[in-house]
Amino acid sequence: MRPLLRTGFEYVERGADRIFQPQLNPLVQLGALGFFLFWIVAVSGIYLFIFFDTGVVGAYTSVEAMTHTQWFAGGVMRSFHRYASDLMVVVLAVHMLREFALDRYRGVHWFSWFTGVPIIWMLYASGITGYWLVWDMLAQYVAVVSTELLDWLPIFGEPIARNFLAPSSLNDRFFTLLVFMHIAIPLILLFIMWVHILRISRPKVNPPRGLAIVMLVALVAVSLWKPAVSQGPADLSKVPTNVGLDWFYLPLYPLTDLWSHGAVWALLGGFTLMLAMLPWLPPFRRPKAAVVELAHCNGCGRCVEDCPYEAVRLVTRTDERPFLQQAQVDWALCASCGICVGACPSSTPFRRTAGLKTGIDLPDFPLRTLCERTESTAAALTGPGRVLIFACKHGAGAGRASDTVEVPCVAMLPPSLIDYVISRDLADGVVVAGCAERACYHRLGGAWTKQRFARERDPYLRTRVPRERLTTIWASPTEQHGFAKALADFTTAIATLPPNRPVAIDRLTTSAIETPELSEEVVP
Amino acid sequence: MIAGARVAAQIAVMTLILAAVAVLTDWPRYHQIPAQSAIIKLSFTHGSNRQAECRKRTAEELAKLPPNMRKPLECPRGRGPVYVELDMDGRTIYRASLPPSGISGDGPSRVYQRFVVPAGLHAVAARMRDTARTEGFDYVKSGEIALAAGDNFVVDFSAAAQGFVFR
Repeated sequence: MRPLLRTGFEYVERGADRIFQPQLNPLVQLGALGFFLFWIVAVSGIYLFIFFDTGVVGAYTSVEAMTHTQWFAGGVMRSFHRYASDLMVVVLAVHMLREFALDRYRGVHWFSWFTGVPIIWMLYASGITGYWLVWDMLAQYVAVVSTELLDWLPIFGEPIARNFLAPSSLNDRFFTLLVFMHIAIPLILLFIMWVHILRISRPKVNPPRGLAIVMLVALVAVSLWKPAVSQGPADLSKVPTNVGLDWFYLPLYPLTDLWSHGAVWALLGGFTLMLAMLPWLPPFRRPKAAVVELAHCNGCGRCVEDCPYEAVRLVTRTDERPFLQQAQVDWALCASCGICVGACPSSTPFRRTAGLKTGIDLPDFPLRTLCERTESTAAALTGPGRVLIFACKHGAGAGRASDTVEVPCVAMLPPSLIDYVISRDLADGVVVAGCAERACYHRLGGAWTKQRFARERDPYLRTRVPRERLTTIWASPTEQHGFAKALADFTTAIATLPPNRPVAIDRLTTSAIETPELSEEVVP
Repeated sequence: MIAGARVAAQIAVMTLILAAVAVLTDWPRYHQIPAQSAIIKLSFTHGSNRQAECRKRTAEELAKLPPNMRKPLECPRGRGPVYVELDMDGRTIYRASLPPSGISGDGPSRVYQRFVVPAGLHAVAARMRDTARTEGFDYVKSGEIALAAGDNFVVDFSAAAQGFVFR
């Protein structure tokens, strides 16, 4: 099911790319959009609260007053409040499905997935208590069904549904309690949202400004076209027989008329448990975490800077070498993406120490293997336009034939490896084929690669590398056609270039590296 | 695509998505009960009598107790169940023996039941037994009610009113 879902997302995201461009694609900004929508709901809620009356009669009349007598402000704010919170449900559902489709719910991702589960509950609790406050017919229906459901749980001394038996059962203080809940629960929701992103390096909590503006304009347009309104005052002597349900927040409420309350709770509990347990369900696939080679680590911190999962940190040096700190990998957080390997200044094929060691490496796919595979793949290239491809295993270049070296993430490639291939004339041109530009599988790999090649981020690609012999292709597995065309164009262009002139260099055989940050300067 | 057209397309797409969301916030409508129906709710919380009367402790029993707990009367906390029946138009639609709540079984018995009935005239009778008796009832109330479509009729019990309350 997951591959199918992933392919589906790929196609939808490609379509969204055309309209929004990769940097504004809402499908890759879902987490940030969730935060943005929360703030819209919070600000509009504060405005509405100013005019809200916490009384059985006052609740409805005050909401009606702000909806109609100040439609240009209160009415729009009410629509903002409702539609933004509904959109939060959509964003949450799509975000969850997408992370599942991308297999980003287990292994190092378990924490974010697991803490996302209470977010669902808190979001629904926030929305449902909000519907009560309006105290219209929908609120009456929601209140009665919610309390009947809650009464099934052995929590309350007296059935709380009795508060809604008849008009005389209800008092103003109940609305005071509801207002308190409707403020407290979203605050708890915000707290859990903060916990949710704790283990993510450089989390995106603000969408790009362009996307935020587009969303606000759309919200205003929809608020004017279909303002959120009440459904007639609540009357406990009557049954709200015909209500317009909010199908985002209340899809299970009609189920209470078909199933027993115990069955509905079993469904909710089972679904919650399944979601919470998902990270620990088979199949288990987890490559070994990166390891630090102290003999080649000077504690420069570049791996710490570049790790998208905050899996690497600097700690006090534990060996005799004259450096203050050393890198340390938290295996529980390491996704084995190899970005740290690409960031390490010791990761250079020009420094052929015994066994080509680097400061931080992947046990399952060490730098040495990467270099050996690069050399053997390049050796098999023929023709005037010999193009070597380094392909991200999550992109369009994965699973190709003999001209490709597959890597967990293109940011695993030290820029010096590109230099090595060109300067040694192992190939006439190099293609770095990452995953889709809109969303790097390992979050920051695409960005780091671009910045390294543009000499904006350490380790830089050396200026001597002829840029016409290097290209990047960002394409998802469903973008094979675009990938093939870009590759063919580049191969043709390479074939027309004059022959590559290898740089004469002697391999260093240093056994220890004292100043690895100068690695790119070692080669003549 | 030129920048202006692209932004217009982005706003159009986002507006369409939001419009779809807005539509689904109150459509399709839901009919909780069929047309020309009403609801009768039977709900109350009421504790039955204690299962046993208080009895005087003997001198030996008192002597065995710690000094601060030597109360002359021993009063068991446990309550018995409340038995209730609800008839509509001569037919019993609900009958239950409601156990006391609480870990020690000393809390009130509770009931909250909802019945969807056709609108119109109905003869309703509620009966309850909250003592140790096994035959007959301690409280009975009956009457004829006229339910309009969508009415919410409540059969409650009030100890203060010493019986069932129809409202």
